[in-house]
Amino acid sequence: MKQLINIFLVFFKIGAFTIGGGYAMIPLIEKEVVDKRKWVPKEEFVDMLALAQSSPGPIAVNISIFVGYKVAGILGCISAVLGAILTAFLILLVVAMYFVGIKDNAIVERIFKGIRPAVVALIAAPVIRMGKNAKINRKTIFIPIATVVFVAFLKINPIYVILASVFVGITYGIVKKRGEAK
Amino acid sequence: MNICLKLFITFFKIGLFSFGGGYAMLPLISKEVIVNNHWLEAKEFADLVAISQATPGPIAINGATYVGYRVGGFWGSVFSTLGVVLPSFIIMLIIIRFFTKFRNNQHVDNAFLVLRPATIGLIAAAAILISYDSFIDFKSVVIFLGIFIASYKYETDPILLTVISGIVGLILY
Repeated sequence: MKQLINIFLVFFKIGAFTIGGGYAMIPLIEKEVVDKRKWVPKEEFVDMLALAQSSPGPIAVNISIFVGYKVAGILGCISAVLGAILTAFLILLVVAMYFVGIKDNAIVERIFKGIRPAVVALIAAPVIRMGKNAKINRKTIFIPIATVVFVAFLKINPIYVILASVFVGITYGIVKKRGEAK
Repeated sequence: MNICLKLFITFFKIGLFSFGGGYAMLPLISKEVIVNNHWLEAKEFADLVAISQATPGPIAINGATYVGYRVGGFWGSVFSTLGVVLPSFIIMLIIIRFFTKFRNNQHVDNAFLVLRPATIGLIAAAAILISYDSFIDFKSVVIFLGIFIASYKYETDPILLTVISGIVGLILY
């Protein structure tokens, strides 16, 4: 029981003090879980992170589940996730309660007129950096471009793009393997 | 259908089909929330993204809580949040059980050869989808360029940039 409370408190701290989404939480999780508490060895954490990033859902939630399970099984998972999301949940609950009432206020509207284009910039800027990190080349550049056309312009549900990507990737692998076998 | 159930199913779908976390989830959330269910208008969605950027926690959780409350009150927000995290639980527990098999599976690797670049496309699409209601005049273009350069070139803290852009908005409009 004490361990469950510990897990909850560690992830609560991480969830409460990292602003700006899941990626911002990862270095903090590593520091707490690997360096300070020694719940997970460093190499295993790196492997976990890779798997958490390749699984659907919020990355911070995925990694909390991993760590929670490792330390205390299923109940550990639940404590970790509750801790990680509780602050986000409570703050957005308060925002939802009061923002609706003030969002048409003239001053709030002026502030958000400035923030909206900034948000577009803050989302667009990492795209270029990520493209470089993912080693996008002439052969693969059509994939993000096609995704943008399908999702942003043709308004196709991203679920179909995800399913098609999985299908094309696996088919490509099979075809390539057969080609090599010959 | 009961609204809590509807929220739960919708956010379960969002949790299940969003790869790449955070921003890559935005096109799917906007599709479900704005286009398919008409729960929010595009402008309020853009504001929600801005608020999520300046508050703690994963964006998907922020989004689920806010939309859930707007549509179905307190219980709406609880069911949406449960819906968005439940797929993670199921999938991660399966992965933990078969950890080594997944790690070295050729098909999984091949799928990610395409999924990874597609995720980058999804983030770019998120920026475009939000831009429709964000660019209203010449001044918004200037704000966009200033913040883009500060973020891309100098890697300035996003929260600081959000606050600055809010102040700029207050002065310019």
